[in-house]
Amino acid sequence: MKKENARLKAVNGIFEICLGINGVKKSFSVKNTEFLLDALRRHGYKSVKKGCDTGDCGSCTVIFNGKPALACLIPAFTAHGSEITTIEGLGTVQNPHPLQEAFVEAGAVQCGFCIPGMILSSKHLLDANPEPSEEEIRKYLDGNLCRCTGYVKQIQAVRMAAKRIKNGEKRFRGKAS
Amino acid sequence: METENLKVVNKRVLKMDALGLACGEPVFTDDVDINGMLYGRILWSHYAHARIKKIDTREAEKVPGVKAVLTYKNVPRVPHTTAGQGYPEPSPYDSYVLDNKVRFVGDRVAAVAAETPEAAEAALKLIKVEYEILPAVFDVFEAVKDGAPIIHDEEDAKNIPDAKHNIAAKFDFEVRNGDWFKDADFVVEHTYKMPYLQHCAIEPHTVITSFDHFGRLIIRTSTQVPFHVRRIVAQALRIPVKKIRVIKPRIGGGFGSKQEVLLEDITAALTLKTGKPVKIEYTRRETFISSRTRHPATVRLKTGVRKDGTITDAEMDITLNTGAYGSHALTVMMCSGSHTLPMYKVANNIRFIGKSVYTNLPVSGAYRGYGATQGFFAWESQMDIMANKIAMDPVEFRKKNYIRLGEGSPVFKAMGEGREGVEQVITSIGLYEGIEAGLKAINWHEKKKKYKNQSGQLRRGLGMACMMQGSGIPEVDMASATLKMNEDGSFNLMVGAADLGTGSDTILAQIAAEVLGVKAEDVIVYSADTDLTPFDVGAYASSTTFISGNAVKKTAEKVRGMIIAVAAKILDRKPDDLRLEGGKVVAKDGAACSLSEVANTSLYYYDQHQIVASASHYAHTSPPPFAANFVEVEVDTGTGKIAILNYISCVDCGTAINPELAEGQNDGAVLNGIGHTLSEEMEFSSNGTPLNASFRRYKIFNTADMPAIKTILIPTFEPNGPFGAKSVSEIGINGPLPAVANAVQDAVGARLFSSPFTPEKVIAAIKNLQPVS
Repeated sequence: MKKENARLKAVNGIFEICLGINGVKKSFSVKNTEFLLDALRRHGYKSVKKGCDTGDCGSCTVIFNGKPALACLIPAFTAHGSEITTIEGLGTVQNPHPLQEAFVEAGAVQCGFCIPGMILSSKHLLDANPEPSEEEIRKYLDGNLCRCTGYVKQIQAVRMAAKRIKNGEKRFRGKAS
Repeated sequence: METENLKVVNKRVLKMDALGLACGEPVFTDDVDINGMLYGRILWSHYAHARIKKIDTREAEKVPGVKAVLTYKNVPRVPHTTAGQGYPEPSPYDSYVLDNKVRFVGDRVAAVAAETPEAAEAALKLIKVEYEILPAVFDVFEAVKDGAPIIHDEEDAKNIPDAKHNIAAKFDFEVRNGDWFKDADFVVEHTYKMPYLQHCAIEPHTVITSFDHFGRLIIRTSTQVPFHVRRIVAQALRIPVKKIRVIKPRIGGGFGSKQEVLLEDITAALTLKTGKPVKIEYTRRETFISSRTRHPATVRLKTGVRKDGTITDAEMDITLNTGAYGSHALTVMMCSGSHTLPMYKVANNIRFIGKSVYTNLPVSGAYRGYGATQGFFAWESQMDIMANKIAMDPVEFRKKNYIRLGEGSPVFKAMGEGREGVEQVITSIGLYEGIEAGLKAINWHEKKKKYKNQSGQLRRGLGMACMMQGSGIPEVDMASATLKMNEDGSFNLMVGAADLGTGSDTILAQIAAEVLGVKAEDVIVYSADTDLTPFDVGAYASSTTFISGNAVKKTAEKVRGMIIAVAAKILDRKPDDLRLEGGKVVAKDGAACSLSEVANTSLYYYDQHQIVASASHYAHTSPPPFAANFVEVEVDTGTGKIAILNYISCVDCGTAINPELAEGQNDGAVLNGIGHTLSEEMEFSSNGTPLNASFRRYKIFNTADMPAIKTILIPTFEPNGPFGAKSVSEIGINGPLPAVANAVQDAVGARLFSSPFTPEKVIAAIKNLQPVS
């Protein structure tokens, strides 16, 4: 990362950065004052949500070099050379990830604004800990605020997904009609 | 009962937009890219009360990329209310797009539109404003005194009952059956207080305005009230309604904050000025300060009770702080009484004295619970105090007194929303069952015994509270729907109802599907677009399931009749012998044709016509949902910290159209209420500057903080509701404050009268411990 940054040069306050988003190599022009959240949204990754812009709500969570991170706190140019996963990279309506399915099936999605961030945090949790206890889920998701659900069904959804991933189950595959 | 043979309603149906949302589809207001869009920014007042003596925008206009700067000098001056309510609104007309006076820290001073956010912000800094600082008032009881600063001294404001004393709204009523408190063995009087609270919808309010190719103004906005937005923007900017289209995409939560014209008028004014698309989105800080809040309340409740458990008299005196403008000032205040006073029988006299008072603080508005939250904190706390006084079990005391099936209350008629109410009797109630289910789920009796003689620093206690709410505003709210049939036997359902994340699109599809004998997924819903969907007052007052749901049911019944008329000819059977089932029209003798055959016949073959219908619904009653909430707490008498160990919320919402979504509504309302109880409070400096306008400093609950919450649905059948349904979205927020206050009293013997119940207040209450009477 440091090496990559060393090669970066701002021209008139604009950096040209290269990064991988959802496994695809991208080149972005980003302002030197800009944060990754705005850069991602400007380049069409609208799933990364702006709920507070101060690192408090978790709606802009992305997987940044393998770890959940808040895009609103990352200066965009420092993302040069990084690998980012947004919810678009996890699954699609045609082929959703078990976590996305579980959130739907558990009734864990109300307004849905916090959900991409919450699912990405959950994804990282399940990658590290495939069978988390309820306490572990609660502790891990504490950076993703939701005002609609009371979190009850979201915690159920993570447990449901964990079970399904373990058993290799998938519900909606091919049911895109 | 009508619910026995239901196929789609009261069944598990996945929320139709959930998968798209879980996959991050770009469906919110801000998720579109519009070419040439300008960025709007607003200059906010730093003063709580000041007159703008001079405002000079020349330097700001010179910033490269700046396309418009608006001040009070170049926008229309039309007094209006920002409250998204039915017309004519019962709120004072005390708001202007921009004014020459600012009335709170966070009030609008000017607006800028520029090609980049940086240019817009640079321009804001160059607007030169010379203020005449006016004395400000922050306390409601100071504000009503003679000689207090007059916040609305403008001459063109309308419907302010007493501007000189800063009274934005007042309402009194009395039911008198003899001398006050003459039959009471005990008279109990206490004052309960609630502070400024914010909705904290995770999506900040966002508006994008633009012109279409006809020169019409398109307002894309995260609103709960698209039709009211159209009307109010037309009024405030003096443009015809026909020139405006309001589109509500998916909304990232509202809870009442978006039942309001917040940015639509000013964004539209910038588009009118520049001819270009303009976006304004609140930052989180602006959401806290310059959107809307819950009305801070001071509720004095004086009640009389007899030893046999009869409540003899009740006097409720409520003073709300409406902040700088009177949005919802009258209606929230009235609902604090109208949703609480009918809950229990009062034998003799009832009096309600209410006022909403202007101060130089942020604007209060609609917030889930809508006054009932403030009212029930007082009522349900006082119910426990009265029960203790007469040495009656608080559960039994409530059971003895709550309103029964078939009973009415003089309050229903006396108090509506902003005007006289409508007489009604209770047509469904599951409160007894709710209480029983809650007692069992929390193991009330056993734990009560167990916690009887506690010692040590940690003390446990149990508390409960009962609540009601409404289902829409009777004889005010109206909703409508249009339904058309497609070749494949699917249907397009167009509704004005505004799904703000609640799942109303899904439950309305379920209602239509149930009538039409199809699956919910065969009903394609398009909602809340003033050009394409019929009128609906919007998502508020717990009205959507009940009012919009009935409109959809009626519409679907009309369409069903049209389908049967066509099918009768296809099958050569009498219409009366036909029913819709499983995507088919089936005759009594078993003959059947598919819906697609019906649709194709009507569209292509015979007596060609589009099967399409519309219907509206307007209700004469507002059947209350009922709830019984139970909580177990542990109080640390050393630190004052309250831990909620278990929260059980039993709610009678009639038939739950979609049980999972109904539970979700209640879970969310309860946790929001728990936040109000333990942590939430907006704080201000002595000059009215907000001190904690961020999620870092204003604490809403996260997954680590949340207690165990369980919602238990108590099925009843409401005869006036669609398939027996009542509302569910608001009621749950009213429970936690009184239930936890009662549980803390049970645990440590100290009573809390002011929320939130911070450790400092708990410690103070324990220190001042004396039996509360």
